[in-house]
Amino acid sequence: MIETSILTAITFLPLIGALAIVTVPGDSARFDATMRWIALVTTLTVFAATLVLWAMFDPADPDFQFVVNFEWLPGGIGYRMGVDGISILLVVLTALLLPICVVASWQSITVRVREYMIAFLILETLMIGAFATLDLALFFVFFEGSLIPMFLIIGIWGGKRRVQASYKFFFYTFTGSVFMLIAIMAIYWQAGTLDIAKLLTFEFTPEAQFWLWLAFFASFAVKLPMWPFHRWLPEAHVEAPTAGSVILAAVLLKFGGYGFLRFSLPMFPDASALFTNFVFALSVVAIIATSLVALVQEDMKKLIAYSSVAHMGFVTMGIFSGTKQGVDGALFQMLSHGLVSGALFLSVGVIYDRMHTREISAYGGLADRMPRYATAFVIFSLANIGLPGTSGFIGEFLTLIAAFSVNTWVAAGAALGVILSAAYALWLVWRLVFGALDKDNLKSILDLSRREMAVLVPLIVLIIFFGFYPAPILDAIGPAVDALVHDYAGTIGLAAEMAVDSAATAVH
Amino acid sequence: MTLTYQAIVFLPLIGFVIAGLAGHRIGHRNAEIITSGLLIISAMLAWLVFLPMLFAAPAEGAAGEAALHAEAVKVELFRWISSGEIDIGWVIRVDTLTAVMLVVVTTISAVVHVYSIGYMHDDPGRWRFFAFLSFFTFAMLMLVTADNLVQMFFGWEGVGLASYLLIGFWYHKPSANAAAMKAFVVNRIGDFGFSLGIFGTFFLFGALDFDTIFHAVPGMEGTVLHFLWGDWDALTLIALLLFVGAMGKSAQFLLHTWLPDAMEGPTPVSALIHAATMVTAGVFMVARMSPLFEASPVAMTVVLYIGAITAFFAATVGLVQNDIKRVIAYSTCSQLGYMFVALGAGVYSAGIFHLFTHAFFKALLFLGAGAVIHAMHHEQDMRRMGGLRKKIPVTYGLMIIGTLALTGVGIPGTPFGFAGFFSKDAIVEAAYGVGGTNGAFAFWSLVIAALFTSFYSWRLLHMTFHGPTRADAQIFEHAHESPNVMLWPLYVLAAGAVLAGVVFNDFFFGHAEHIMHFFAGSVVVDEAALDAAHAAPLWVKWAPTMAMLIGFVVAFQMYVRDRELPARLANANRGLYQFLLNKWYFDELYDFLFIRPTLWIGRALWRGFDDWFVDKTIVEGLGDRVRDVTQRVVRLQSGYLYHYAFAMLIGVAALVTWAIAAGGLN
Repeated sequence: MIETSILTAITFLPLIGALAIVTVPGDSARFDATMRWIALVTTLTVFAATLVLWAMFDPADPDFQFVVNFEWLPGGIGYRMGVDGISILLVVLTALLLPICVVASWQSITVRVREYMIAFLILETLMIGAFATLDLALFFVFFEGSLIPMFLIIGIWGGKRRVQASYKFFFYTFTGSVFMLIAIMAIYWQAGTLDIAKLLTFEFTPEAQFWLWLAFFASFAVKLPMWPFHRWLPEAHVEAPTAGSVILAAVLLKFGGYGFLRFSLPMFPDASALFTNFVFALSVVAIIATSLVALVQEDMKKLIAYSSVAHMGFVTMGIFSGTKQGVDGALFQMLSHGLVSGALFLSVGVIYDRMHTREISAYGGLADRMPRYATAFVIFSLANIGLPGTSGFIGEFLTLIAAFSVNTWVAAGAALGVILSAAYALWLVWRLVFGALDKDNLKSILDLSRREMAVLVPLIVLIIFFGFYPAPILDAIGPAVDALVHDYAGTIGLAAEMAVDSAATAVH
Repeated sequence: MTLTYQAIVFLPLIGFVIAGLAGHRIGHRNAEIITSGLLIISAMLAWLVFLPMLFAAPAEGAAGEAALHAEAVKVELFRWISSGEIDIGWVIRVDTLTAVMLVVVTTISAVVHVYSIGYMHDDPGRWRFFAFLSFFTFAMLMLVTADNLVQMFFGWEGVGLASYLLIGFWYHKPSANAAAMKAFVVNRIGDFGFSLGIFGTFFLFGALDFDTIFHAVPGMEGTVLHFLWGDWDALTLIALLLFVGAMGKSAQFLLHTWLPDAMEGPTPVSALIHAATMVTAGVFMVARMSPLFEASPVAMTVVLYIGAITAFFAATVGLVQNDIKRVIAYSTCSQLGYMFVALGAGVYSAGIFHLFTHAFFKALLFLGAGAVIHAMHHEQDMRRMGGLRKKIPVTYGLMIIGTLALTGVGIPGTPFGFAGFFSKDAIVEAAYGVGGTNGAFAFWSLVIAALFTSFYSWRLLHMTFHGPTRADAQIFEHAHESPNVMLWPLYVLAAGAVLAGVVFNDFFFGHAEHIMHFFAGSVVVDEAALDAAHAAPLWVKWAPTMAMLIGFVVAFQMYVRDRELPARLANANRGLYQFLLNKWYFDELYDFLFIRPTLWIGRALWRGFDDWFVDKTIVEGLGDRVRDVTQRVVRLQSGYLYHYAFAMLIGVAALVTWAIAAGGLN
């Protein structure tokens, strides 16, 4: 019973919370607290449920688990749910971040609290649904649907140029998705089903793969985002409210990586192999170019946004290496980046709430007045740099070691990014928290409140814990990744064997 | 024993956690006592592990043979990264090489902890300072007890972080922040090589733990690895990549620029991290990987040359610096070069020997300098010192001992000499033993560097302690000896600076058999290289001593007998003087070559590519075209962006539909 209903429950529980918020009477501010509490309780319940899900999950089984499969149209679209090692932790990550977002918005959002919380709860349903569905049409609905609440969150509760930013966000991602929609239709015409589990074993002709891969790529490359399709991201981040940035960076970007892993690699293996060098090139350029751009930013949110793009470069590099370490690393990097970038945006939000400016030059010497904040910010920055002992290291290490075995240029180029990330992250630390505190308006700034500690401390603990002991994650994703990599190598068998042979001759 | 090893490594961690998390609650004094106390215990345990290794009776016959290749003791803690063939655990590995490092790290760290109680007594951030010191010690211990390259990398980055935090400890100072960041980023450049070396190792050997790698090395000789544009000898390539990491951490020529700036940190930090322990991590790493380096003559030669060049280069810069700490910093840089020469010459044990002795006398010199700075109210410029001999006689005596040890005072051929005498002469002989052009280059670089070392060391003493004072009268009047809490640590180090050489000479630079037995396979002992070193003629053994005497005499002439001479010389050789004073203009060069272009490219990519090209030209251009089309065809002039977007999408969708239908499906 639980086996078959838990995923549905997790996915749609937030909607019930949203309904509850709708029923709260009145518009006056005194009901805002009630709404916040409803949102918090709902999201915490969902998070607890995902932990149960994780506990019940059998990591040794590489297949989909907790499967639900109802047909709507015979052979066509259906209500299909299920998770495997690749998706389950993304579901957990999403559910973990939502309560954090609710708490982070506790005081900073004072207008239209009802709509805000509803938007977030709907967003949660759509995000979890996108990771947990096994039907391509439903995936598209969830994937695209998530645009709308995010569009509203940026457009309504955002900063000064929020409208422009939200349209740009919409414009970019929607353009990409249109290609995917057409590809989905093409897949249906050809395969006669949109059941992902079936599609994973369907063999598309190489020509079809070529076009379908490109169409999916258009959508995922914008979402992730890959260079040079990233231009919407800094703007969206800069204008979005703190919690919006957190969700955007921590979860929505992961749709792209998840899409590559779920669809591009296993369904279109020949095309993936064909485009490997193309993706590698974009990944390395992303890592180097956006790190350089991050180095010269004057707006702290933009800096972190650009650094996100650089970190997503490691994800695409790892995925398309097609090796066990690469895919493991890419998935780990996605999860870790969810924690780290979320934490960084939350940290930025903390001082933005106090000073209402994102200009780096408006700060300096915060360590004097805010020692706790300084500690947290330094830890998050170090995780962003990928220091061993933080979760940021594992993903970078695994994807780099995988890249080296495939193409040393890629590994060397990406490793350059590791130098640059140290430069931009530490320079930001220097300009924000170190130095002398000589700006008058900073002299009365307060350190982290209990509420802010409650948000940041769990993230610190998780980042360090998974840095020293990543086994819970690597074990959970391991078998599914094994199967994926094995199938991928098997399908492109001939090409892979040749690659191995040439590598072997190079070695000997 | 298992528990002992764990205690050595984790007691400092416990100290860090207590002081770091609860420091503000338990107060400075408790934080100091807890961290220092735990480190003293850790140091005593380390000696307990180390001493039996000295007295282990030489086994006979087959047992003796087995002892030479004894497996290191390994304490497995828990899993770390496992993915496919990668299976890395947290392991404490203890063999002789590790034990030597354990002793060095914990002893110096304990001494520095205690010293800091006095030195930092009025600093408002004391508990933070002690937490960082303990954290550093933990990271360094993880580095030296690593059983695989990745755990070593963890320790490597951990000490880098501690160094960053401690250099920037006084975070109000812009110069301290700049120095901290510079140290981290320059080290990351080294780590770029280190990490590629790790990836290459995994690619070649399919494993990352030392024993597997070392066992596989003989079978890999002659293997070719394709890297970037060419095919390389695999072992040479990996050794060189790893060595780039060592160059960064150990501040070798080209990647040395961060070390002098690191003197912005409090002086105990300079003694612990930037003299005795962290900067020797590169030396340790090459020694640890000695089976790999041994298999690549090219890599060995590179190590030899880089070491020799650094020894010479840093010594030249040290000649003219006026900041008391910078002189010692360049001296450290130079001495690290000596150690690499020993490694490059294949006499790894001599390199480790110098690492061992150097830790004592260099920490002594730094902490002594700290006592001087403490006495002079944070004055570091030697031009405003002088005549302090009467004011702080104990410090003066201790600094003399440190200097005698650093300059290598002793009588060749006899067991009389200070610590540096034994280890430095061992390296000079090892360099000579290499023979040929390489050997001659290394040998003469080191001998000249020995002359310079002697000169700048005595110059430092003369400028600080002798002659009439140039200090502010009031400061000079109030100059006072340091409290016992600072002096006792110095006595311990002084004992090491006197005795470390003569007591341990046989273990590190005695007969090959003796060394082999002592190290029990933890580093390669190359009998041929060792014999060549021992066979050095008598003049070679005397050469560094003579150079040392010349340096002493010149310094005496210039800074005691004819005090105007330095100024005259500087004026007469303006260009050379400025060149040395400005450290061969490396900072300016790097600023011009790397920092400015990097920022310029960053701005160009941002403003040029992202903002102008992508945003203005492509996206807005696309929007404009769409608007043109819609205006003409549909006459729809709503002005809403999404109308344009929608129209555009229809077009694009049609295009892709056609493409898929035509190209893929039929």
